[in-house]
Amino acid sequence: MNSLFPSSNPATGTRGGWQELREAAVHRKGSVMLGKVLYIENLSVSFDGFKALNGLTLHVDPGELLCVIGPNGAGKTTMMDVITGKTRPDEGEAWFGGVIDLLALTEPEIVRAGIGRKFQKPTIFEFLSVFENLELAVAGDKSLWHTLVARLTSAQRDRIDEVLQIIALEDKRTVTAGELAHGQKQWLEIGMLLMQDPDLLLVDEPVAGMTPQETEHTGELLLSLAGKHSVVVVEHDMDFVRSIASRVTVLHEGRVISEGDMEKVQNDPQVIEVYLGE
Amino acid sequence: MKIDKRAITAFFSDRTSLGFLALLGSVGILVPILNLAVPESSPVHLSSYVVGLIGKYLCYAILAIAVDLIWGFCGILSLGHAVFFALGAYAMGMYLMRQIGDRGVYGHAVLPDFMVFLNWDELPWFWYGFDRFWFALIMVVFVPAALAGLFGWLAFRSRVTGVYFSIMTQALSYALLLAFFRNDMGFGGNNGFTDFKELLGFDLQLDGMRSALLVATTVALAASYGACRMIVGSRAGRVIRSIRDAESRTRFLGYQVESYKLWLFVFSAMLAGVAGALYVPQVGIINPSEFSPIKSIEVVIWVLVGGRGTLYGAAVGAILVNYLKTFFTAALPELWLYALGAIFIGVTVLLPRGLAGLLPALKRVK
Repeated sequence: MNSLFPSSNPATGTRGGWQELREAAVHRKGSVMLGKVLYIENLSVSFDGFKALNGLTLHVDPGELLCVIGPNGAGKTTMMDVITGKTRPDEGEAWFGGVIDLLALTEPEIVRAGIGRKFQKPTIFEFLSVFENLELAVAGDKSLWHTLVARLTSAQRDRIDEVLQIIALEDKRTVTAGELAHGQKQWLEIGMLLMQDPDLLLVDEPVAGMTPQETEHTGELLLSLAGKHSVVVVEHDMDFVRSIASRVTVLHEGRVISEGDMEKVQNDPQVIEVYLGE
Repeated sequence: MKIDKRAITAFFSDRTSLGFLALLGSVGILVPILNLAVPESSPVHLSSYVVGLIGKYLCYAILAIAVDLIWGFCGILSLGHAVFFALGAYAMGMYLMRQIGDRGVYGHAVLPDFMVFLNWDELPWFWYGFDRFWFALIMVVFVPAALAGLFGWLAFRSRVTGVYFSIMTQALSYALLLAFFRNDMGFGGNNGFTDFKELLGFDLQLDGMRSALLVATTVALAASYGACRMIVGSRAGRVIRSIRDAESRTRFLGYQVESYKLWLFVFSAMLAGVAGALYVPQVGIINPSEFSPIKSIEVVIWVLVGGRGTLYGAAVGAILVNYLKTFFTAALPELWLYALGAIFIGVTVLLPRGLAGLLPALKRVK
C-alpha cells in the first residue's frame, strides 16, 4: 500500500512572471523574507472586537511540511483566510516568495500566484466526473472567453493522468465525484490543487472523519508532496500530526505560542496548559 | 443545491436537444401552413388568433430559457427578468410607434399620440433613431444588457448572492414599474404603446405577417436554445455549474467567479430583451404592467414546472403554464392565481425536478 502515493513530478507548467520575480527576490540580499515561501508578520484581524489574529508572525521554508495546531478559536482558519485573500487583516504583512504582497491580491490572483487551499469540508464538484474535476483545475487561462472554447492539450491530459496517479484515483477517472468515498473526495481535492502546481499548499484538517487506513494514506500523500511543494497542514488529530510533522507551530488566541519539533512543543508548559493538557 | 446525476445525463443526451429542435422546426413549418394554406372550413385550420397565441408562448419560452440559464445552471435566482423582457419590448415598441407616422389619432407627423396629448412640442432625445429598424434592434439587446451589466456589476462585486440578490431584482422591477407609469418618462405612462400599424412596411394585421413573426420567433427560440446549450456544454459551462454548487472552491481554483456571473447575467438579459421585442408586434401592446414583480415570479414558476437546469424544460414549462393561463383566464378568471399557486406547490412536492425529470423515468420504463 505504500506505493499508492509515489512522489509527484516537478512542475510541468510555468507561471511565467512569478517564477522570475521569485528568483529575483532570492538574490535580493538582506531581506528577512529571503528564501521564505511564506512570510507573515504581525498579522491582526478582529471581528466585532474579537481578536481572531493578534500579532501573528510565522514563516514557511521552501519544501517543508509545517503543521499548525491550536485549540478551537486559535485563529488557524482565519490565518488561512488572510493568506488566500478571503479576509483582509487590520494590520500586518503577508509575503509570498519574498516579493508578492498577498494583501494586495484577490483570491483568484493568489491562486494563480501559486497558493492552493484545501477546505476543511471536502469541496469538490459532485456532479462532475473525477476527470472533469481535475480538468477544471487545469493551470492556465481561466477567463470565460477562453473556457468557452477551451480544449485540453496533450500536456494537460498528461498532467491530469499524473495527478490521478499521485492521488491513487486512476481507476475512478470516469466516476461521478459525488459517488467517491469520503477519503477519496479529500484526495481528489488535493489533486485539484496539484493541477495548479502550487508552491504552497494550505490543507485544512485533511483527516477529519477519515478511517485509520485513509488517514495513513493521507499522511503518505502529504509527505510525498513536501519537497516539491511547501505544505501547511492545520490539524486537530495529534497522532496524525506526530506521524507527519517535522516542525509544529502552536497557535493560541491569534498568536504563536510555541514552535519547534513535536517533542519540544509537547513539553512546552504553555502549550500543555492551553491545549494538550485539556 | 445538488441536482440528481440522472437528470444531468438526461440534459446532455443530444437526442433530447435534437428532439426539441425538431419539434420547434415542425411548429415553425406546420403552424403557418395550417393558418395560410388550409381553408378556414377545414377542421385543422388554425385561426390567426391561435397563431398569435402560439407566437406569444414561444416568446415566453425564450424568456424562460434565459432565466434557466442563470438560475438552473449558475444558481442566480433573478426575480426581475421581466424587466429585461419589458425593456426589449419597449425598444421594439418605440420603433413601432415611430412607424405609425401621421396615421395616429392626432395625425402628428413625428410625435406619437401620447406626446401630442401631453402637449409636448418635440421628440425627446432618447426617441431619436427609433425610426430606423436596425437602431431599434441594437437597442433591443443593448438596453437590457446595459442595465444587467450595471446591476450585476454592483451586485456581484459586492458578493450579493442568494435571496438578497433575488430581493434586489424584485426591487429593481418595482422601481422600473413605478418609473414607467409616470407620463413624464416619455414612454406613454400607464397606457404604454399600442395601435401599432406596420413593421418594416408590412401590416401587422395581415395573416402572412403573423405567420412571419411566428417563424421569426421559432428561429430565435431555436438559436437561443442552441447558444445556451453550447455555453453549458463547454468547459465554461462546467465552471458555471461549479459556481452554483461550490462557489468558494471555484474561486480558489483561480476562476473570476464575479466575471462569469456578470457575463452570464448580461447574456441572459439580452435573450430576455429579444423575447420582449418579438412579443410586442405579436401581442400589439406594451405597457408598464410587464414590469410588475409578479411577472418575473411567474417566469420562475414556468422554469420550475418544466424542470430547471435543462433549458428545454424551461421552454416546455413556459408554453404549458401559459396555455393553462389562457384557458383559465377565459373560463374561470378569478381562479387563475389559485391554480398557479396549486401548480407551484404540486410541482415542488411531487416533481422536484419538473416535467423534464420525468424523461429519465420514461426511458427506464421503455
